[in-house]
Amino acid sequence: MSEKLIDLQHITKSFDGTVVLDDMNLYIRENEFLTLLGPSGCGKTTTLRIIGGFEKPDQGAVLFHGQDITKLPPNKRQLNTVFQKYALFPHMNIAENIAFGLKIKGKTKAYIRDKIQYALKLVNLDGYESRMPDSLSGGQQQRIAIARAIVNEPRLLLLDEPLGALDLKLRQDMQYELIRLKNELGITFIYVTHDQEEALTMSDTIVVMNQGYIQQIGTPEKIYNEPENAFVADFIGDSNILPSLMIRDELVEILGARFACVDKGFGENKPVDVVIRPEDVDLVKPEEGTLQGVVTHLIFKGVHYEMEVTANGYEWLVHSTDMFPVGTKVGIRVDPFDIQIMNKPESEDEEAVAIDA
Amino acid sequence: MRKKTDKKTGGFGTISLRRSAMSAPYLFWAVAFIIIPLLMIFYYGLTDKTGAFTLANVAAIAYAEHSKALWLALGLSLISTVICLILAYPLALILSQRKLSQQSFLVLIFILPMWMNFLLRTLAWQTLLEKTGVLNSVLSFLGLPALNIINTPGAIILGMVYNFLPFMILPLYNALTKIDPNVINAAHDLGANGVQTFCRVIFPLSIPGVISGITMVFVPALTTFVISNLLGGSKILLIGNVIEQEFTQAGNWHLGSGLSIVLMIFILVNMVLTNIFDKNGEGTVL
Repeated sequence: MSEKLIDLQHITKSFDGTVVLDDMNLYIRENEFLTLLGPSGCGKTTTLRIIGGFEKPDQGAVLFHGQDITKLPPNKRQLNTVFQKYALFPHMNIAENIAFGLKIKGKTKAYIRDKIQYALKLVNLDGYESRMPDSLSGGQQQRIAIARAIVNEPRLLLLDEPLGALDLKLRQDMQYELIRLKNELGITFIYVTHDQEEALTMSDTIVVMNQGYIQQIGTPEKIYNEPENAFVADFIGDSNILPSLMIRDELVEILGARFACVDKGFGENKPVDVVIRPEDVDLVKPEEGTLQGVVTHLIFKGVHYEMEVTANGYEWLVHSTDMFPVGTKVGIRVDPFDIQIMNKPESEDEEAVAIDA
Repeated sequence: MRKKTDKKTGGFGTISLRRSAMSAPYLFWAVAFIIIPLLMIFYYGLTDKTGAFTLANVAAIAYAEHSKALWLALGLSLISTVICLILAYPLALILSQRKLSQQSFLVLIFILPMWMNFLLRTLAWQTLLEKTGVLNSVLSFLGLPALNIINTPGAIILGMVYNFLPFMILPLYNALTKIDPNVINAAHDLGANGVQTFCRVIFPLSIPGVISGITMVFVPALTTFVISNLLGGSKILLIGNVIEQEFTQAGNWHLGSGLSIVLMIFILVNMVLTNIFDKNGEGTVL
């Protein structure tokens, strides 16, 4: 985690008059696993394609180790991409697919043979050299796509929703595989996904994007526990987002009840948004709660129960290992450090505020 | 229980009956206009005037005038096919890389001549190329010497290329648009420049289209007699003309059918080659 490997400066890109990226600034450090996370159309794939060289930004510069590579074509960049639908060459067998980049670079036959074996071992597919891509399952094809990229020893690996087409179990296995690969190879990963769980599991750093703007940059813990705005809170996991009033430092009024919190510096009597994660809502006896409510829904989810509690006109989402039947009167309590205060957006559009890194 | 089963079988029976009923019109068509004529060609081709079995009509291809016409037809259609391929490939490549909205319009422009009647188009070329035709009028107006194109093999090749070019463009265009753009991106990403990407990825993946285009140009060009009649005068005889004359002028159906069988063998060989190459195309069948 030292030097900036990729530095995006004031990147702007629009397609047919629609602005996809607006003055984006972002840097990626050496050996970092960075995830671009956001809903479809947020600009994450465009960002990746600009780094890969498949799109030219309208404005701004892409620096690679401090050198401007904005105008460099993809084949001259020291990075490789793993494409969403694998994009293996359908007319070549697995060995030929993996050897493609090495042959272009004019490596010796012996070197290429060693590299193919090494790469296949790395992705747990020894012995698949002479198979054709279409005889492999989606997960196997994906691993070949990764092997094909890493034999070229790139400084940076770009992955565009590489697990999107796989089923849940396989996706989870591949997540661990990717983390292992990253640790073994010691190269930088930029990963694009719309799956928040994937992002939380694998990343060192998550960049949450929406409508062409970066919403928040931080570690998975920071993004989850301290979302900077309602969009991030809503996108990452379930949450209760409540319009509230900051009475003064460390005291907030939520739905008419006053809760102690740990945030300071928002001013006095300032309208704010409060995020409380469903697992942070403690259900207690009515007289012990800060707020009183009634359980209206109850679903068993395996690890926990999911409940809806109506209190002061708001339906609270609650996750708890304790079960309260529908109709039970309960009290709601929240620990001060579980209350996350966010500035209120000034208008609907402002949900997509630009936060420069 | 039994009743139920009966009902079920009855149901399936109705469906299959309905299906075969739907294919009846085409079945009738195929028998009347494909299978019976084909059997008749084989009958006439393998018999003499007395109705006795003979291979003489087929062996007649060895006569100098017949084999010359066959080789000329093979040569001219081969040259036309190559010219079509050279003209069509870059065009199909450019078309396939255009935005989708532009593609359909551009394809329409290149396919448009195909909707005009085949005879009309060839007659138009005759008018253009005649000794006193439009081309030579323009040339003499410009003070240039007149060109003698009509009634040469060159005119036949021109007619073949003009008429069959769309049949080359379409399968090539189809094959090229089927290539996943990310596969091409992947080649660039792995360090291949434009030429390397074309030679190692784009061209190999378009081979089914190339084969299909070659077949669709070569086979009709090989068997044509209209183009050679109109643009080659009556001096240049292709195998198609020879067969046509046997049927229409000489009235020797037996010889005409025998030579047709020979031509069919050449077409079959072409089809077999096509199938072999298509299998090597690894599933990207058109």
